[in-house]
Amino acid sequence: MHGQDTYSIFREFADSWMLLAMFTFFVLTVVWVFRPGSRKTYEDTASIPFRHENQPAGDRDVPGAQ
Amino acid sequence: MWDYLKLVLLGLVAVLMMYLASEARDLAYLVAALIGLLSAAIAFVVTLRGLGDEKAPKTGYLDDPIRIGVILTAFWGVVGFLVGVTIAFQLAFPELNFAWAHGYFNFGRLRPLHTSAVIFAFGGTGLLTTSFYIVQRTTGARLWSDSLAWFVFWGYQVVILLAATGYILGATQGKEYAEFEWYTDWWLTIVWVGYLLLYMGTLMKRKEPHIYVANWFFLSFIVTIAMLHVVNNLAIPVSLFGSKSVQLFAGVQDAMTQWWYGHNAVGFFLTAGFLGMMYYFVPKQAERPVFSYKLSIIHFWALIFLYIWAGPHHLHYTALPDWASTLGMVFSVMLWMPSWGGMINGLMTLSGAWDKLRTDPIIRMMVISVGFYGMSTFEGPMMSIKAVNSLSHYTDWTIGHVHSGALGWNGMITFGALYYLFPRLWNKEGVYSLRLVSWHFWLATIGIVLYAASMWVTGIMEGLMWREVDAHGFLVNSFADTVAAKHPMYIVRGLGGVLYLTGALIMSYNLWMTVKRAPLAQKTAAAAPAE
Repeated sequence: MHGQDTYSIFREFADSWMLLAMFTFFVLTVVWVFRPGSRKTYEDTASIPFRHENQPAGDRDVPGAQ
Repeated sequence: MWDYLKLVLLGLVAVLMMYLASEARDLAYLVAALIGLLSAAIAFVVTLRGLGDEKAPKTGYLDDPIRIGVILTAFWGVVGFLVGVTIAFQLAFPELNFAWAHGYFNFGRLRPLHTSAVIFAFGGTGLLTTSFYIVQRTTGARLWSDSLAWFVFWGYQVVILLAATGYILGATQGKEYAEFEWYTDWWLTIVWVGYLLLYMGTLMKRKEPHIYVANWFFLSFIVTIAMLHVVNNLAIPVSLFGSKSVQLFAGVQDAMTQWWYGHNAVGFFLTAGFLGMMYYFVPKQAERPVFSYKLSIIHFWALIFLYIWAGPHHLHYTALPDWASTLGMVFSVMLWMPSWGGMINGLMTLSGAWDKLRTDPIIRMMVISVGFYGMSTFEGPMMSIKAVNSLSHYTDWTIGHVHSGALGWNGMITFGALYYLFPRLWNKEGVYSLRLVSWHFWLATIGIVLYAASMWVTGIMEGLMWREVDAHGFLVNSFADTVAAKHPMYIVRGLGGVLYLTGALIMSYNLWMTVKRAPLAQKTAAAAPAE
């Protein structure tokens, strides 16, 4: 690495460690999405738009109530 | 105390603007300074009149900027489409570049006005407005700060005015979709930081433990646009009193930065932001949660990781290094996957409720928009392949592709959102006329079909004509030959635009009548029978 220009240093880092780090992060995200028990959590999260249509939570309704 | 400080600040800004106007070196800058002066003066008067008022307790959602926002979204849509139709006919009939209007209303000045009016005025106001609405409903919390919300909302409208007057008067950086000059760039940066704070602040005080996926898309849109905007607009003003600036980058670096910006403006402004809309309004209108929440998370991360690399496909066969252009191509093709994952997620949200397509023209509008999203995200990767690009690049095929995405995907989902929001914001039973929504749907759809089909024909035709050589290796056609051959298709394209514009006018009438005439919604929440 010594004596190389910045471009080459960045380039080498980008297509080795950085690429590996980002790819690993992405794969772990996908794995994490399918973790056991995630279905219940996501069913709850997916129904968020149907809860606080007219007023903020705490004004009258409670989180989780229809 | 804060109000008095605000008055002092606004007064100082107004004086500063007067000074800048008096020193202005060119007309665009003078007009910009006057817009600044007027905005500060209006804000001053509004603050002054509100002084000493009993502060009403801030309960409920902050919907006032949203009510103005949906009206402005429809307005900017009509303006943008009108300018688009105008320049379409200017291309078909060059005489429409009137001699008396040269330097102001000829094609070269109106083209950036059209693109910015539809992307940043219509799309941007739509994104701001719907994100304000969605973030409140999905966090169960009022916007973090009322005054910051108003500042962001009106500040963005000032950006639109600065940009639009600048284009007409000739202030441009010459960077596609980033034409506005340095002072508008600086102002947008301030507004955008405010937007980010407002959004983050609202998410922080959320009452739901989880952040709904639409907010992820909106947040990525805000963060990425901030990054793209700042890097692509690194420029030194020639004078603090003039509109001209000089770019920091030069040559191929400048081109690469520009298209890194340009393609990610498509990716994060026109895609991620509008996906935020899709993930809220499609489930709401279909009255069922999104098809797969897991898929939506994978959709999000895959889109984030892939889009940012796709820019170099705008620079195939240029001075850009081969490896960079291949990288852009490969990532563009990979992007097909998350795009279609998102499309499937949107469409399948209707599974079990497909009958709504027959009875509800609003959901039909949303579904066709998701369909166009799928279509243009198939066409795009295909066009980014070098062999295809050697035919398609610099032809009207590209214009057709952009419009099937912008008119089909961005336009239709925004129309759907407007039809959804108007009755709710004015507490009405529903839109004034579903028949008119159907008319809008069909006019817009046929308009897009005419537009895209004529651009495919003319694009592929001119691509083939440009590369046609005779037995001796000489080019067969001159450039003017291709222009002449395209004339009929240009007229068809203009007609497609007229249909799309007519649809938007019908929508505006329908929305106006919704506010004026549609019956009030009954408050039945407590008395609803158990199902």
